[in-house]
Amino acid sequence: MILSGNYAAAYAAKLARVNVIAAYPITPQTQIIEKLAEFIENGELNARYIRVESEHSAMAACIGAAAVGARPFTATASQGLIYMSEMLWWAAGARLPIVMGVVTRALAPPWSIWSDHSDILSQRDTGWLIFFPESAQEVLDTIIQAYKISEDEEVLLPIAVAWDAFYISHSYEVVDVPFQRNVDNFLPSRKKYKHTLDIDNPFSHGNLVFPEYYMEYRYYIDDASNSSKKIIREVDEEYYKIFGRKYGGLIERYRCDNAEYLFISLGAFSGDIKEAVDRLRNRGYRVGFIRIRCIRPFPSNDIKEVMKDINGAIIIERDFSFGKGGILSTEIKSALYSLNIPIISYIAGIGGRDVGYEDFIKIFQFSYKCFNLENIPEKPIWYGLRVIK
Amino acid sequence: MIDKQQERMERYLRLNIFPTTFCPGCGCGSILNAFIHALDDLDIPPEEVVTVTGIGCSSWIPSPYFKGDVLHTTHGRSIAFATGVKIVKPDMRVVVFGGDGDLIGIGGNHLIHAARRNIDLTVFLVNNFVYGMTGGQVSPTTPYNIQTTTTPYGNVENPFSIAEVIASSGASYVARWTTYHIFQLVRAMKEALQKKGFSFIEIISQCPMNYGRAVKLRSGPKLLKLFREKSINIKEVENLTEEETRDKFIVGTLVNRDKEEFTERLRDAIRRAEER
Repeated sequence: MILSGNYAAAYAAKLARVNVIAAYPITPQTQIIEKLAEFIENGELNARYIRVESEHSAMAACIGAAAVGARPFTATASQGLIYMSEMLWWAAGARLPIVMGVVTRALAPPWSIWSDHSDILSQRDTGWLIFFPESAQEVLDTIIQAYKISEDEEVLLPIAVAWDAFYISHSYEVVDVPFQRNVDNFLPSRKKYKHTLDIDNPFSHGNLVFPEYYMEYRYYIDDASNSSKKIIREVDEEYYKIFGRKYGGLIERYRCDNAEYLFISLGAFSGDIKEAVDRLRNRGYRVGFIRIRCIRPFPSNDIKEVMKDINGAIIIERDFSFGKGGILSTEIKSALYSLNIPIISYIAGIGGRDVGYEDFIKIFQFSYKCFNLENIPEKPIWYGLRVIK
Repeated sequence: MIDKQQERMERYLRLNIFPTTFCPGCGCGSILNAFIHALDDLDIPPEEVVTVTGIGCSSWIPSPYFKGDVLHTTHGRSIAFATGVKIVKPDMRVVVFGGDGDLIGIGGNHLIHAARRNIDLTVFLVNNFVYGMTGGQVSPTTPYNIQTTTTPYGNVENPFSIAEVIASSGASYVARWTTYHIFQLVRAMKEALQKKGFSFIEIISQCPMNYGRAVKLRSGPKLLKLFREKSINIKEVENLTEEETRDKFIVGTLVNRDKEEFTERLRDAIRRAEER
């Protein structure tokens, strides 16, 4: 089928046979929940649709649904996600399997509806697992995989699947939509866990705990997040056996063999980076690309494994932590602490500013000189910044 | 006459950024026009007015066109921002523009509590029955059984009668008009701007693009005709049966009363505390 990223997400939720959808409109997410409303109304999807009055309530409804054993779905973006933040912590803390689509969009003020990853990355400490697909196809596949991962008893953490506004959400591409029976085989209906609410066996949930116990609850969230790495890889392999597509688990390694230099990035402009890598390889540069597919849990060991023999890394990201630096480069630098690899950090495409493969070639050429001169800029470089007087 | 109109425009609007971004046939332009007429008739200079808006088409009525202070804020929170402005700058006229999704949906709590406190804000709620900016999803004022993009087989919920809710919450002034009743609307805006306390006008407005699609009336004039046909003045309601007023817009002044105002009481409380 020819689908946009948003419609691919709606098809994924339908194929996952979600029981409850609670959502609130926000550009550029709205098409997902409109499509799902259509699926329910014309009988293609048997689910309850709750037209809530805010994103905060949307996540609250998903939490309620997951707590009683349903499979919920919601989607949001930008301000809506930030407004939902209180409930994000709750969902992870309550150890509930929930999958949410996040169409990444810049935060206000000033208002902007274009892509920027700061919205979802600002929520990276909530306990949610966070995936960044690169295409509409991967949006569909990742959402189906996400239910399997989230509902695994070793994980039991909610998952956000995040894709770029417009570049992925509204761009149409050929998407292979799997058969329902294959998805049913891959993803059985939701299990009942020890902490699933049950009217015949009532117990109380979310109470006050004293300092003697709280710390352990937090430790187990971290423990589950770490164990999810193994599950994510296994699920990706299992998905491949049935559907013929896999994405490398937590990171995608693109032409990394014998690479001397690596790009590291995530999200929609990964496609342009791959194009830049191909062209640079044709010119004889030994360059590769690590696409971070999953930023929580953070794939420290996977990245280290690929990077141990390289001469330099170029990190390009569409987000920023004010007063510190790029969020992705901060994370990668901390993971590579023991390796002493020169890293140059670029901030690009903020608020949807367009960057293409030519830009990535320019970035590489500049970085290549820096690496050779051993003159590594300490501060992140805001690529294409206009000087405003 | 034309000179006068031009003068008004230049006094209150940033004409260099015209035309507006509103869709053809949208009611928001009429409301902006009525607003600057009301200000001009009362001779209120734009420097004395702070307009506060949230998210949605109607939040663009003053932002960025109005030549006074404009605070364009987050979805549903304009009244909360406006409360802060009014407390710190009690001499400014603080005017909030917002839609049904913005002020009643996601920000509904702020609206009823501002009315309960009777804080001296002027709120113009532009009710077009849908989330217009995102493409016509069901909102808290969408009538029963109307088809929207999120209710493709008809809305199963009941709408709010928001003017009545605000009247019973304790506001000083509450009226409802439509964009068809443009002269009555200007008069009501003038009353609302002069009234001390929470003043609120529900302005039924047309969205030919999205609500128009839902009710198969995809033009501004057709929707205005519908407003004319379906409106009943509140003075006539007493003599009508429930059946006769169903699905009608009851227009007119619901409440116009003198009550104590929040920021005055607040300052009074602070004064008493300081004297102790």
